[in-house]
Amino acid sequence: MEELSWGSIIARMFMQLGPVWISLIVLFTISITYKRKLGLYGKLFDSTIGMIGFALVMFWVFVGIFGGPLDMLVTHDPLSQVSGMKNKVPGTPMRGAEEGEYAYFLLGGDNLARDVFSRLIKGAWIVVQIAPIATLFAFMVGITLGLPAGYYGGRLDTVLSFLANLILAFPVILLFYLLVTPEIVLTGIPNYMALFLFVFPLIFMCILLNSRYYTQPKIRTPLLIGVLGGLGWLYLSLVSTNGSVVATPTYSIPGLPSFLDLFDIDAGILVVFVSVVFVNSPTVFRIVRGLAMDIKTRDYVAAAQTRGEGPWYIMLWEILPNARGPLIVDFCLRIGYTTILLGTLGFFGLGLASESPDWGSTINAGRRLLALYPHAAIAPAVALLTLVLGLNLLADGLREESLRD
Amino acid sequence: MGLFILRRLGVMLLTALCLTFIVFWLTNLYPNLEKLAKTQGNFRMSDEAVASYLDKNGYLQPMPIKFGQWLGVLPGWVHEADGVVTGRCFPADTPVEERSSYCGVLQGDWGVSTVFKDEVGTIVATRLALTGKLMFAVMLVMVPMALIVGVLAGMREGSKLDRSLSTFSIASTATPEYVSGVIFIAVFASSAFGLKWFKGSATSAMENATFENFTLPVITISLYGMGYIARMTRASMTEVMTAQYIRTARLKGVKFSDIVLKHALRNALIAPFTVIMLQFPWLLNGVVIVETLFNYKGFGWLLVQAASNNDIELLLAVSVVSVFVVLVTQLISDIGYVYLNPRIRIA
Repeated sequence: MEELSWGSIIARMFMQLGPVWISLIVLFTISITYKRKLGLYGKLFDSTIGMIGFALVMFWVFVGIFGGPLDMLVTHDPLSQVSGMKNKVPGTPMRGAEEGEYAYFLLGGDNLARDVFSRLIKGAWIVVQIAPIATLFAFMVGITLGLPAGYYGGRLDTVLSFLANLILAFPVILLFYLLVTPEIVLTGIPNYMALFLFVFPLIFMCILLNSRYYTQPKIRTPLLIGVLGGLGWLYLSLVSTNGSVVATPTYSIPGLPSFLDLFDIDAGILVVFVSVVFVNSPTVFRIVRGLAMDIKTRDYVAAAQTRGEGPWYIMLWEILPNARGPLIVDFCLRIGYTTILLGTLGFFGLGLASESPDWGSTINAGRRLLALYPHAAIAPAVALLTLVLGLNLLADGLREESLRD
Repeated sequence: MGLFILRRLGVMLLTALCLTFIVFWLTNLYPNLEKLAKTQGNFRMSDEAVASYLDKNGYLQPMPIKFGQWLGVLPGWVHEADGVVTGRCFPADTPVEERSSYCGVLQGDWGVSTVFKDEVGTIVATRLALTGKLMFAVMLVMVPMALIVGVLAGMREGSKLDRSLSTFSIASTATPEYVSGVIFIAVFASSAFGLKWFKGSATSAMENATFENFTLPVITISLYGMGYIARMTRASMTEVMTAQYIRTARLKGVKFSDIVLKHALRNALIAPFTVIMLQFPWLLNGVVIVETLFNYKGFGWLLVQAASNNDIELLLAVSVVSVFVVLVTQLISDIGYVYLNPRIRIA
């Protein structure tokens, strides 16, 4: 068999990504048809920039979902090495392809003779999973601490702001190099940080519901028990591995027993996740604090105070909804920034295992042979670039549309 | 103003102290010390050998005491075994009367690097000079380009020029250094595309920076930082262009180029100034990535070496320098903002 030309490589990739195109078209048709009923999300479809951004982001989200848990788009196993395919250029036919196997390496082979295209798609799933969740956790931490700091001010604000500035003054890479190492994982510090950082969504939901419904105990009590029970279970499953919360060679703190544990998180991924949340939350804190300080002078806050509402009700049900515009925009931008941070970690070979298909690690593996075989590093680099660009354009579109009303 | 600077300096000092203690604590955790002992000795050392090595070199003292010794407020450790006296502050063969007891940062002694077997102070100074060269070139490229792009985009809001330049600056903020660097090397320096205009490695630029070996690293760092400054400039420029005095000038019939250059520009450049100053800490990130990618042995490369070998004293010096850069630029940006903008007054 002959090598494929660039035209047929693109055509074949287009075919291979079929389910993604179909989902994108369905999503866009539905959204554009009902855009007047969909609030801010619908308004996004009035701005070209926002639509392009949204399309880029959703493209990678669909690629991640179809390629990751559904295992559809990939042509080869992302980890298996195929003899004779080392550093082969894009479109090389597979040597000795058997019946039922895909006959080409669409984007070539990397320096360990693995299929670049399949790794790209598997990597998308890792990024699409970690980046938004980590950003969400960072927002929970930032909002839960930033609202009281901005609303109360005073000494609480001074202390929290000092801590936030302390973390912000740390060069990110130095922090990563100090935190994301196998030695630090051994000491159990990431587990303690996980215990601390992951509890914030729990606190947030608890205060949110309690401040709203505490005058109606009949609704509040079952609601709180249900929500806290569910979230608490998730929280305990998240932080405990093999029946212990912190396990070091010398001691361990018991956690949820294994039979109740819903899922385990690999120690390498946990430390990456925790440090990304840790780096992002001070910035969110500063934004939320600034917004809260601005909004607390408004008349509707004064009205709520006169009505005798509690401080947490005012913060979470008066200030927070009115700060949503800038927060949503920042959320999009921050997912992009988190993606960049994840790539940085991969680029320095920190945290994730070296055979992990995530884009940062793949760029790191490919950069050594960049002068001779650039395709292995360029494919993930372009993927990361388009995803982050999409998120930035999406944020820009959202900002424009939310400013309009 | 004086009081404000004094208070800021106090907070700065406290921040620096806290951060160095955190770095100190993280690097002195036992698994890290074990790794250090094994890289200094050999990788098949037994646990007892590790413990005796650490004890002999003063690593097993309590954390606050070790930190005090590093700072120079506590006397350095002295260890006596088999009649041989070793200590933190003197080599083994120093006569008793010449042995100094305090040696820390306050005495100007930054310690000895375990990887490079050299004084930390001199290592950091040489590497910092190399990075200074890189940063200077980056600033020279990045700042004028960002300001020009921002001003051009902001002077006519919503025009075609504005649209395309804004998209360009969004794209540049969306391209981290390791992506743009990889693409630049692949396109301009690899045999695959056959252009080979520049060199993919900047090692030779350390002694002799030429257009060929220095362009790619400089462009790679500048591009990522540029978009952000350009967007800030654009935002402040569009705000200024809607001001009353600009309209007055237009109605008087002043030429558009004169309005932009003489009336708008000065007021529009206040906000970007602070942004440029606050960009320094971000640049440090870029420097680490680019120096690794292009194999330019500067400060960022030093950081990677120190961190991956757990070279405690070198790592502390590196973090002190980088934290200092961050805090000083914050201070300068605050003072500069007040100085440039007479509407703001700090008691």
